[in-house]
Amino acid sequence: MSISLDMAQTELREVNTTLQAAAKAQANEDYVIENPRGSHAVACGLDGPVSVTVKGSTGYYCAGMNKDAEVTVEGSAGPGVAENMMSGVVTIEGDASQYAGATGHGGLLNIKGNASSRCGISMKGIDIVVHGNIGHMSAFMAQKGNLVVLGDAGDALGDSLYEACLFVRGDVKSLGADCIEKELRPEHIEVLADLLAKAGADAKPEEFKRYGSARTLYNFNIDNADAY
Amino acid sequence: MEKTPDTEPRQSWTFSNDTNSEIRRAAATGIYDIRGGGAKRRVPHFDDLLFLGASMSRYPLEGYREKCDTSVTLGTRFAKKPIELKIPITIAGMSFGSLSGPAKEALGRGASMAGTSTTTGDGGMTEEERGHSEKLIYQYLPSRYGMNPDDLRRADAIEVVVGQGAKPGGGGMLLGQKITERVAGMRCLPEGIDQRSACRHPDWTGPDDLEIKILELREITNWEKPIYIKVGGARPYYDTALAVKAGADVIVLDGMQGGTAATQDVFIEHVGQPTLACIRPAVQALQDLGMHREVQLVVSGGIRTGADVAKALALGADAVSIGTAALVALGDNDPKWEAEYQKLGTTTGAYDDWHEGRDPAGITTQDPELMKRLDPEAAGRRLRNYLNVLTLECQTLARACGHNHVHNLEPEDLCALTMEAAAMAQVPLAGTNWYPGKTGF
Repeated sequence: MSISLDMAQTELREVNTTLQAAAKAQANEDYVIENPRGSHAVACGLDGPVSVTVKGSTGYYCAGMNKDAEVTVEGSAGPGVAENMMSGVVTIEGDASQYAGATGHGGLLNIKGNASSRCGISMKGIDIVVHGNIGHMSAFMAQKGNLVVLGDAGDALGDSLYEACLFVRGDVKSLGADCIEKELRPEHIEVLADLLAKAGADAKPEEFKRYGSARTLYNFNIDNADAY
Repeated sequence: MEKTPDTEPRQSWTFSNDTNSEIRRAAATGIYDIRGGGAKRRVPHFDDLLFLGASMSRYPLEGYREKCDTSVTLGTRFAKKPIELKIPITIAGMSFGSLSGPAKEALGRGASMAGTSTTTGDGGMTEEERGHSEKLIYQYLPSRYGMNPDDLRRADAIEVVVGQGAKPGGGGMLLGQKITERVAGMRCLPEGIDQRSACRHPDWTGPDDLEIKILELREITNWEKPIYIKVGGARPYYDTALAVKAGADVIVLDGMQGGTAATQDVFIEHVGQPTLACIRPAVQALQDLGMHREVQLVVSGGIRTGADVAKALALGADAVSIGTAALVALGDNDPKWEAEYQKLGTTTGAYDDWHEGRDPAGITTQDPELMKRLDPEAAGRRLRNYLNVLTLECQTLARACGHNHVHNLEPEDLCALTMEAAAMAQVPLAGTNWYPGKTGF
């Protein structure tokens, strides 16, 4: 039995207070948010095992800094969905706007549609699976974690990449500075298979190409001035 | 035959020895010069202002008998739990990574003993700092190194860093030699690599977005924490106005003398405005919006003495923040390390290669042996003493001007020694009732 919160009648502060209290109480309750109407910061700062289903599209920073909670958006998500997520699962049934999963430290962000530019920017350990395409400058300065794209990637993928792993099944319009294609080894196929299964994605790991850092920009070198 | 008189060898002002040495260094290395600290060039500063003191029309307070309050409350606009400080001097954000753990502990100890706050930096919150800081401001930076909701909630306030005075519009670089296992772990990056700090936030652009970001931060922290916005001294009128629009409780305004752990020398010396030039436009913006004292203004960049504190307050600031001076109080650039500074090719007072991690004073380093040189308890006491002196000096000047609270200092208490300072501070040139730009004269 789920508990309903209607944002046509309930203020954001009350919605988040209720969800945050439920998460903190570790009650494992299920909540449904009706009429989100593109509100910002919906279901952010959840810090425990609570399940939230948002019936509609959200604005900025839905499920920001999520820890342990499961948040599903039955619509599209605005900029910065699941930003700085620590753990748990955030699922977007539609598309995600810019900066999806930005600086995320952990957990799974599962985007069933497309993701716009800068998906996974500065990601620090999060796993992101995008069933559609991603926009330009995705995984910019990405530090750690995995970005899996079943469709195509836009310009400058993985620019100034650190240690995050990028897997793309479709075309990559261009790679950013210091991002190169790398061998897809068995250990990567294993990681990929696990993420695809968790995300419910219908794809074979062998269909993907792997991209990572060439590590030529890790320590300043004037001979690389053109790349800076 | 009589010798023709020699002409004294004439050095070029344009191509000075210092300039030529930098040309030779650049030619030899192919790399721009990186250093720590703030602008070293001479710019109009608080030294160019004087207090007028009491006279026939002003009634002074007795220096050692009559009360002169120094308390300040920051974050009264929206936050449920504003920050209450005993003194109007806070410790600026400096990262763990650029500073050692003991140095962060010393800052926390000194600030807490003096009744004020300290601030994290780019690199996250350490136990040393949280454990020893009664009031701790948690910086929310573009890199988001170490950012997590638990630390966000155990902070006393959140400071969204848009820019800093040493490098408005620039990011940072922590060189690989300071990236130990602990520093790397907190930043989710490999050991030993250069760690770039981004120049802009990854998930918002502009004040409209920032307003929503602040909403998110408030929602995550139950609207308890004051939200500061820190800006570099670039366009202080508009930056202040836009920070108010974005929902700031407190604005931290950092002039070009404000320090950094490391950036290009060309950036430090050639971008941004002097602290003195930034204050009046920022105060004007707050007054135009009816927000002066409602949104508090904290000024930083080159604050050294109680006179600097008093002058910043007289120009309209609610508090000041110190970074470089706090490090000097801990022991940075102390003459007792002169022999070691010489080995590093520098001298006491000029040591600024903080990014290299070889600091003889054990402050801007991650070297375990060098770090041992700083006793955090003793260094904390020195910082406490220094903060107390700044406060006493500020009170002395406020009493001399007849004020029973340092916040009652006002521009009318000041005059300027130079045309430049008069124009920037908008106080009369000494001996006149005029300053450049004043109309109706």
